[in-house]
Parts: sequence; C-alpha cells; structure tokens
Amino acid sequence: MGEQVMLKGDRAVAHSVLSTQPDVVSAYPITPQTGIVEKLSQMKADGDLRGEYLKVDSEFNAASSCIGASAAGARVFSATSSQGLKLMSEPLFTASGMRLPLVLAVANRSLSGPLSIWNDHTDAFAERDGGMIQFFAEDVQEAVDNVLMAYRVAEDPDISLPALANLDGYILTHVKEPVEIPTEEETNAFLPKREPHATLDPKNPKTMGAFARPEHWTETRYAVHDALRRSADVIGETVEAFADQFGREYGLEYGGLVQTYGDEDADVAILGLGSIVGTMRDVVADHPTSVKIVKPRVIRPYPVEALREALAGVESVGVLTKEVSPGHQSTLASELKSAMYGSGHNPTIQSYVLGLAGRDVTKAEIADIVDEVAAAASSGPSKTFVGEEDWPQLDRDILPNEVTN
Amino acid sequence: MSSINDPYEDLTISKGAVAEPGTSLVNKTGTWREFKAVIDHDACTGCGICETFCPDVAAKHVGDRRYEIDYDYCKGCGICANECPVEAIEMVPEVK
Repeated sequence: MGEQVMLKGDRAVAHSVLSTQPDVVSAYPITPQTGIVEKLSQMKADGDLRGEYLKVDSEFNAASSCIGASAAGARVFSATSSQGLKLMSEPLFTASGMRLPLVLAVANRSLSGPLSIWNDHTDAFAERDGGMIQFFAEDVQEAVDNVLMAYRVAEDPDISLPALANLDGYILTHVKEPVEIPTEEETNAFLPKREPHATLDPKNPKTMGAFARPEHWTETRYAVHDALRRSADVIGETVEAFADQFGREYGLEYGGLVQTYGDEDADVAILGLGSIVGTMRDVVADHPTSVKIVKPRVIRPYPVEALREALAGVESVGVLTKEVSPGHQSTLASELKSAMYGSGHNPTIQSYVLGLAGRDVTKAEIADIVDEVAAAASSGPSKTFVGEEDWPQLDRDILPNEVTN
Repeated sequence: MSSINDPYEDLTISKGAVAEPGTSLVNKTGTWREFKAVIDHDACTGCGICETFCPDVAAKHVGDRRYEIDYDYCKGCGICANECPVEAIEMVPEVK
C-alpha cells in the first residue's frame, strides 16, 4: 500500500495517468478539466511523462489525434468536459467502431445553453450511445483508481473500446482529499502492455475506419454492442485484481459494477451516480428509516443483473440524478425501469432530477426524498407516468407561467 | 479500366472493420455522375491542371501531354472544367 497524500482531484487524476505512461496525451483545455492536462503538460516539461504531449487546436482534434495514435498502437489519454466532450462526440463514436481503446477523464459539467461551467451529468449521458465504457467516481480515490481500471478494461484485446472515466466537475476535480497514488511499478504490475488488434504501418498497409456498405454496417455495430456487454465481466475481473493488488474494493459482490451501502435488508433504496453518493451516505447514517444506497459504478455497460440483485428485496427506489432526457424523463431512472422489466420484481421507482448545473444538493433535501420514497413503499408503483418524476429543487417563484405554458 | 477483385465478396468483418488497402477501387463512383466532363483535345494544351485538381484522380495523364477522364470514377463534379485555363473541358448532362 502506498502512503496517502493530499491532492486536488484534477492533480490526483494526472498522477494516476502518469503511472500508466501513455505514449500520447492530446488535449485542449476546458473548465473544470483543465487542471488534469495542465499537470500532465508540466509532467512532460519536467521529463516525468515520457510520451508525446500534443497541444491541439480543439477537442475535435484532441480525440482525432488520439484515434490516429491509438490506431498506430499507442496508449493514449485525453481529458475534457461539457462542450469539449460534445466536440469530441463525432470522433469518439468513430473510435468505438474502430475498436480503439482511448481513455479519457471527463470532468462532468452541464451543457449550454444557458452557459454553465458547473457540475451535472448532462455531458456524459449525451454520449451514452457512442459505444464507450463509462465509469463514475464517488470520490477522488475512486477517480484515481478508475483511470487504471478503465485502461485495463478498454485495452483488453477482447474488448478494445474507448472508456470515459467520469468525475464530477469541481466537486471532485477541485477538492483536496487524501489519496493513494499508484506508482509506475505498481501500475505496470496491474496493467499489461497494450496489444493492438491492428496497427497503422507503412510497411504493411491497411485501411482503418473506412467505409461499410449496408450489407456490413449492422455487423460492426453489433460487434461494438457485444463487446460492451462482455466488458461487464472484464470489469468484474479487473475490480477483483485491483482489490487484490491495491486493497481497495469497489463492489466485489456485484461484479465491480455496483456498490451498496447501508442496510442490505432495507425495503427502501436510493440510487445515485458519482459524488452525490457521499452526501446520501451521510443522510442515511442519521436517518430513522432503514435505507440501502445503490451506486452504479458504470452506466455503460449497463449493470442490469447487478441492479436486479441489489434491488431484489427492495419495495421502493428513489433515483437521484443530475440529468434529464427532455421530453421523456431522467435516463438513469428510465434505464432502471427497463432493467427491472421482466425480472418478476416491480418496485416503485421514483425519479428526482436535481443538482443540475452545480445547484447544491443538501442533506435536508435528500432526507425529504428518503421520506417520500419510504412512503411510496406501501402505495406501490405510480399509475401515472408524470407522477414518477419530481424536480424537488425547481423554483416556481422565478419561473413565470408564460415560460412553461 | 481497373482490375481488382471485389473485397466485399465473401467479406467477414474483422475487429474494428480493418480492411485491405486500396479496396475502394471496386466502388465505381462514376455511376453517381449527372454531368460528364468531356475534354476537347484540340483546345487542350496539356497543362495538367485538371489532373492536379481532380479530387478523385479521374483526370489522368495518358502520355504525350494528353489527358483522359476515367469515367469509372469521374463523379461529374465539374472542378476540372472550372479550373481549366483554356476552357477545354465541357460538362455535358448525362441523359438517356
């Protein structure tokens, strides 16, 4: 075990990336991610980062140059947030189709408009269908550890897909926490050298990322879908190997995909993603109701079986989420409902959209949600779709009727 | 004009759909054409600007300062006609 040091989240992630010694780091600054690549840039200048550091003109180019380098066989890294992730979206979808294991840290931030630099999960969910593995971190240590695990899963020759290691902007990037940083030797023992399925090589020319006719595209998309589903098992093995080597455990009983806290036998559960789980744990520790906390560590692959197991004895679930799919409902809640369909178990699932664009989520607000979710345990699932979602922080006083009507 | 086996016959998808190089030659994009570039060889000075500008390498030097259009791949975009300094290339509608 290494010793703990006090580091800001962005710096800690940079140190974790350094321990993997990527061949190419290509990045463009954006708040609140900038500290990650700024630190890596300094590491390059100091001679600690031995790979190339590319200063590019946009996030589109950052992701695209990572694709080129990855296609040549390199281990690559980039980091971004919000609008930057949107600009990377097109090349990231390409990377998954090309089966290139780009690893990115994403400091989650809301999307325009209106412009906001603060944290929520709108950016990550907007990339949901890109064929990327997506990890989420509750605290700085998990963000550090997810970088190593993301590399091991993404670069597994049987998976070979891009991975996003999400961490909440500001809440984790700009907070100092005591963390253990893996050394390069430790990371080498955990993370094998990349073995690419094909490499760009002038002596052995080939075409990568080319054209597919209607007769062939379905198969390539299915291959991405299949690899992403299979990655669930690889994540399980990876989390186990990580626990063996580093002593930190991330939901071993749920295949490394989901963690639970609190009373395992509770009828009531609340589910959240990322740093909000820390506040949820604080609330539940003092709350009179017995509550189980369910924390998915990934949204892709979607942990269907792990969530079914975690919610097997639960009558009522509250989903606390920092995103919404306008015109439907929060994706975290609707996907949980789809996961329970056909399981033979139909708990009440209530969705709470909150914490958007940096609005603080207080312990009192979460305690109120716990009370509501507990009350719903006896009433059963809502028969009206609208009744299943609540925006507890919505301030009607500043929202005139003519804007919503 | 070109002889290449169609790589799409009996194709199995490799990881990441990595393909053999040069295989796009089987896609004869000339069928997309609505206008056909026709060179007036009496007016042509053989400068080669059409070859330089053609985005599909369809305007080709065939020797002795003579240029021909490869209609297997000419998409009829008209860039050569636009660039020709002596207006020796005419875009003729493809009609039947």
